[in-house]
Amino acid sequence: MSVKKVYDNQPKEFKFSDENLKKVEEILKRYPKKNKKSAVMPLLYLAQRQNDNWIPLAAMKYIANYLAMPYISVYEVATFYTMYNLSPVGKHFIQVCTTTPCLLRGADKIVKLCKENISPNENEISKKGNCSWMEVECLGACVSAPMVQINDDYYEDLDEKSTKEILVSLINDKPLKPGSYRGRKNTSPEKISISNGEKHA
Amino acid sequence: MGKNMLKKENRIFKNLYNEFGWDIENSLKRDDWKDTKDLIHKGREWIINEVKTSELRGRGGAGFSTGLKWSFAPKEVGSRPHYLVINADESEPGTCKDRDILRFEPQKLIEGCLIAGYTVNAHVCYIYIRGEYLNEGKRLQEAIDQAYAKNFLGKNACGTGWDFDIHIHYGAGAYICGEETALLESIEGNKGQPRLKPPFPALVGLYGCPTIVNNVETVAVVPTILRRGGKWFASIGRPKNTGTKIFCISGNVNAPCNVEEEMGIPLKDLIENHAGGVVGGWDNLQAVIPGGSSMPLLPKKVCDTLTMDFDSLIENKSGLGTAGIVVINKDQDIVECMARIARFYKHESCGQCTPCREGSGWMWRILDRVVKRKATFSDIDLLSDVTKQIEGHTICAFGEGSAWPVQGLLRHFRKEVESRCREEPLIKKKLNNPYLVDQHLLENKNA
Repeated sequence: MSVKKVYDNQPKEFKFSDENLKKVEEILKRYPKKNKKSAVMPLLYLAQRQNDNWIPLAAMKYIANYLAMPYISVYEVATFYTMYNLSPVGKHFIQVCTTTPCLLRGADKIVKLCKENISPNENEISKKGNCSWMEVECLGACVSAPMVQINDDYYEDLDEKSTKEILVSLINDKPLKPGSYRGRKNTSPEKISISNGEKHA
Repeated sequence: MGKNMLKKENRIFKNLYNEFGWDIENSLKRDDWKDTKDLIHKGREWIINEVKTSELRGRGGAGFSTGLKWSFAPKEVGSRPHYLVINADESEPGTCKDRDILRFEPQKLIEGCLIAGYTVNAHVCYIYIRGEYLNEGKRLQEAIDQAYAKNFLGKNACGTGWDFDIHIHYGAGAYICGEETALLESIEGNKGQPRLKPPFPALVGLYGCPTIVNNVETVAVVPTILRRGGKWFASIGRPKNTGTKIFCISGNVNAPCNVEEEMGIPLKDLIENHAGGVVGGWDNLQAVIPGGSSMPLLPKKVCDTLTMDFDSLIENKSGLGTAGIVVINKDQDIVECMARIARFYKHESCGQCTPCREGSGWMWRILDRVVKRKATFSDIDLLSDVTKQIEGHTICAFGEGSAWPVQGLLRHFRKEVESRCREEPLIKKKLNNPYLVDQHLLENKNA
């Protein structure tokens, strides 16, 4: 089981923005009326989006209230799933897959580069204040290993050179594009001609 | 394409690499949604029979007969509605096939959902996508919207008279939610901890209602099976191991890729013809994990002649699982590779059952000691014992999934493991080893 640390410096209040309140109404329509609780995961996710990619305790209380469920049940969900950040993360949040298929193709080198360029330890905000990184378990892009997820996007087929370039681009707030860094088309085998010349999905 | 065993005209996922466009107009050109209404009007019994004839087995790992599973749904809708749930929580290390279906062949999945939904009497379908696949989920939502715009979904979906809606529900980074009852818990807004079975979801599933849970690939092949006939699908592969399958070939190969091939293709052909061969040549092969990290690894000797289907892998004490093939060559430290997998299971155990919660940590710590050459000879038997204590003593198959890879390592690479276990027993050295949970037992005052 993973252990997550709840941030010490918690904001006192949290409210959904008007725009997000509309989204909440849409989300609630997906589930039967008597099963509002089903919306807890999408709502936590919305809260995380609204609050710079981490969820304060106040948001959990707010959501518990909104869905008429005990606060502890929301807390339980927020701590169980690893994608809910309970402490602030960098504006550019780098998640390095290090499970065996990525490890076999050099994920440890990417971790080393993150330590050198971003911060010596995981989950630490970089000196310039805009990046943080962590090791994660399999991200489900094994044939494009090694790979990292930066915010929502997958950066695939990496090597040391391309990783360095990507990390520097993040530090300078000018992120490079996601996709394959060997210029291949999605998950096709390489050295094979492809009928149209498009590079990314 | 290199040499294929699978004939081009038998390929189901023609747009696996997005060579021809994923959107609905291009999908229609590939015969998606062709005569769907007529197929559905042939009736539930015909659909189930056709799927049974095809001998389609679930593509999510367990390999259960899909036709049989559908026939478990109650024939009549009682006081509770029925649900269809699609498992797109693809998280098994080595597996990334559903991702390509979601982004490049979404209409196959959506059409399959309508057919499956009608067959099991469900008006509502939830597709549970792992949270990391946010972009794939957005793509799928676009595809769903396109299907609604053509009236293929919604009221009187595709002119069949059946109302059908599809909703996406995102996970949030828990491997265990790929277990079907944990997935249902997750949709209900709980921690993803598996339920005791029976009752099975077909009778008591989502919100306590009859629910059929299928993998993405399973449902996505159904429309093609119905259009071309169950017999056509059954003619590919060998009996009880029929049809085509997307294989994900990762690790130490020259051209890692996803590829659709016939069931029962020799592993060597798959690696050499599609994935550019093992890095350093076939003789440099050390071992292969044939079906995602939960399936025991197989040494080169077995790989030389292995064919890739459910039953032949069971004969070799492994399994086809999700067909995520992880190739490990001789340049790798095999124990380190397996220790990393043990760490994965330690991280992902949901913590509900003691043998799994504690055992997964034990296995990782012992293997980590072996990697660091800090293990004693008796650790090997301890490790073997821990795997046996987990296996069969947990609510869900995660226990087996975490224990089998370690058992596979001990079965095929015991000498390799033994050669590293040269430390004196801790009890003699009184070493302050941070990996030993029972350290306090060694200290005099607690002893």
